[in-house]
Amino acid sequence: MLREIRPAIVLLLALTAITGLAYPLAMTGIAGVLFPTQAQGSLIEKDGKVIGSTLIGQEFEDDKYFHGRPSATLAPDPADSTKTVSAPYNAANSGGSNLGPTSKALADRLKEDVDRLKAENPNVAVPVDLVTTSGSGLDPHISPEAAQFQVPRVAKVRSMSEESVRQIVAANTEGRLLGLIGEPRVNVLALNLVLDKAAK
Amino acid sequence: MTVIGWLQIILFCAIIVALAKPLGWYMTLVFNGERTFLSPVLRPVESGLYLMSGVDETREQHWLTYTVAMLLFHVGGFLIIYGLMRMQGVLPFNPAGQGAVAEDLSFNTAISFITNTNWQNYGGESTLSYLVQMLGLTHQNFLSAATGIVLAVALIRGFSRASMRTVGNFWVDVTRCTLYVLLPICIVYTLFLVWDGIPQTLGDYVEATTLEGAKQTIAVGPVASQVAIKMLGTNGGGFFNANAAHPFENPTALCNFVQMISIFALGAALTNVFGRMVGNQRQGWAILSVMGVLFLAGVAVTYWAEASGTTTLQALGLTGGNMEGKEVRFGIVASSLFAVVTTAASCGAVNAMHDSFTALGGMIPLINIELGEIIVGGVGAGLYGMLLFVILAIFVAGLMVGRTPEYVGKKIEAREVKMAMLAILVLPLMILGWTAVAVVLPSAVASMANAGPHGFTEVLYAYTSQTGNNGSAFAGLTGNTPFYNITGGLSMFVGRFFMIVPAMAIAGSLAEKKSIPPSMGTFPTTGGLFVGLVVGVILIMGGLTFFPALALGPIVEHLAMNAGQIF
Repeated sequence: MLREIRPAIVLLLALTAITGLAYPLAMTGIAGVLFPTQAQGSLIEKDGKVIGSTLIGQEFEDDKYFHGRPSATLAPDPADSTKTVSAPYNAANSGGSNLGPTSKALADRLKEDVDRLKAENPNVAVPVDLVTTSGSGLDPHISPEAAQFQVPRVAKVRSMSEESVRQIVAANTEGRLLGLIGEPRVNVLALNLVLDKAAK
Repeated sequence: MTVIGWLQIILFCAIIVALAKPLGWYMTLVFNGERTFLSPVLRPVESGLYLMSGVDETREQHWLTYTVAMLLFHVGGFLIIYGLMRMQGVLPFNPAGQGAVAEDLSFNTAISFITNTNWQNYGGESTLSYLVQMLGLTHQNFLSAATGIVLAVALIRGFSRASMRTVGNFWVDVTRCTLYVLLPICIVYTLFLVWDGIPQTLGDYVEATTLEGAKQTIAVGPVASQVAIKMLGTNGGGFFNANAAHPFENPTALCNFVQMISIFALGAALTNVFGRMVGNQRQGWAILSVMGVLFLAGVAVTYWAEASGTTTLQALGLTGGNMEGKEVRFGIVASSLFAVVTTAASCGAVNAMHDSFTALGGMIPLINIELGEIIVGGVGAGLYGMLLFVILAIFVAGLMVGRTPEYVGKKIEAREVKMAMLAILVLPLMILGWTAVAVVLPSAVASMANAGPHGFTEVLYAYTSQTGNNGSAFAGLTGNTPFYNITGGLSMFVGRFFMIVPAMAIAGSLAEKKSIPPSMGTFPTTGGLFVGLVVGVILIMGGLTFFPALALGPIVEHLAMNAGQIF
């Protein structure tokens, strides 16, 4: 058994160096050359400043923008670091609500959001993704239905025709891969950027 | 449920089956020590490693030596992770300035990674430096996966050899598995993942000013290289807290689909390795069929439950299924399929929050782990777990007809059956034992995030996942307390090694036996009757053991939900 101790130390350290340092560092180098944009996090710059990532959702509250899904991410409470406070779309601390199917807290939150959205657009059924939080709290997408639902509000604030806004939404709707894999979706940040551009 | 949904599921299954044979062929070459197309590049590295570490690659080991070597290897792995976490504040590659991790959390995380569990009581982006993620966690993702695979190979050798005292050389197996199987696939895979959008950088977290003028700190890091091995090695530990739900760990539906395939690929291929090594590939297909039956049954239930939604959603007129805790780009079907895949294998990565699943939708992941993660299972661990059930099934069949049971030419006798039983009993001991303790301790009950039966399920899931070395969670539970860190760490340790040692004892005892040719009286183990028998034994064992606990958790919650009760 004693003869197993040397490989246990030497082989472990060697394989650790290969898989724990050489491999990730080499991949970082190669990926940085081949796919520099993605490797940095698919960042979007405007006037030389980073305004976000195409992959990471951000919070929109202004009526002129399409809104993303509710987010359950948290941040440390500035007043008491042992506690946390709600901080939607906190991309430094991802996470979901973890509320279960029979949770009263979830039922109350859903009812409040559904009532608010019904008041905004009473003519269409509220899409489920617009009132449920995502797993990461950073979901960059909403369903096409959720985007269509918000068209009247956005069109009114921007003094655009609903039809022209609907066209922009349709042009920014991504379908399933090969018509099969994934779900139809709209990237909220990308859509809002297009709208801002159209307004200029 | 939709037609497109089911087509995605069928396509997934077809690809797994199609990959099993070529991957199985390649892995058989590797573990038989033969030349492969990568040998010109890798053989010099391999020889160099043996030379440095004093390994004689021609000398094989007795099962006990093999096991001791494996355990020593893990003691070292534990010390590396624990040390790195405790000292991370003064080490390099730490742009976010993370401080030392507490003792109990370091203990839990170190055990978690050496046992291939990757339970996350830590939030990656808010707790760990890049150095710990790479040198601590990525390296152990490779080595714990390699260990699982080589143990399965050693057990297969027990079946395929006759009258031999050795089962292989642990050092050679683990080196070859890492160099020839895991590393080459991960290099290609990482590049695909970066192309698809996963970051791979050592740069600082990005400070962005959003369209509405708010500040957003975006955590990045060397993510892709870790995601590749976390999936391929069925480790599952996320770079980020939200794991594969995070858009940086799983940016597109295509990426999600490939990730699911990579979870199952090696585990499914090992059934083919088994068939090849025992000289009849149909033996491997029979085992894969057992897995397939149980898998599809689980997918159907979870998909149906999530697509149906909850009474709360229905009452508010919200249709389209239970989207709480799910991402739009994956939707109901890819989230349900992922949940079943990740718990059938002992991966534990999640692309949706299991805690927010419906009662029945979340019960399937729980059952998958409680059955021992033998539905494809963790790389290696799934196959040796499944072979334990096969031994029991063969034993039961032997009892029915009153003759000594045989499997692939080996007599299954008292020693093998005892060892198989011992390994299988570890699961309920840890899962039900610690759950029972936790629900009577007020300080442990305080960690539950949900009230009512769902809170109980959170605790049951925590011990199930850790004992089964899965790593997924009903993440509402506050697991980062001394009680959960320590008892969870023990569960992971016992769940891994108290299963491995009996399995290795079986490998040793089988290798020493003579091989007997099949006769008229041999029970055929490649047909539908055998598949049905093994499925039955698995369900009866799991059903009898865990049904009472499930009745107190998800089953009563489902009934309460239908009665309109909320907590």
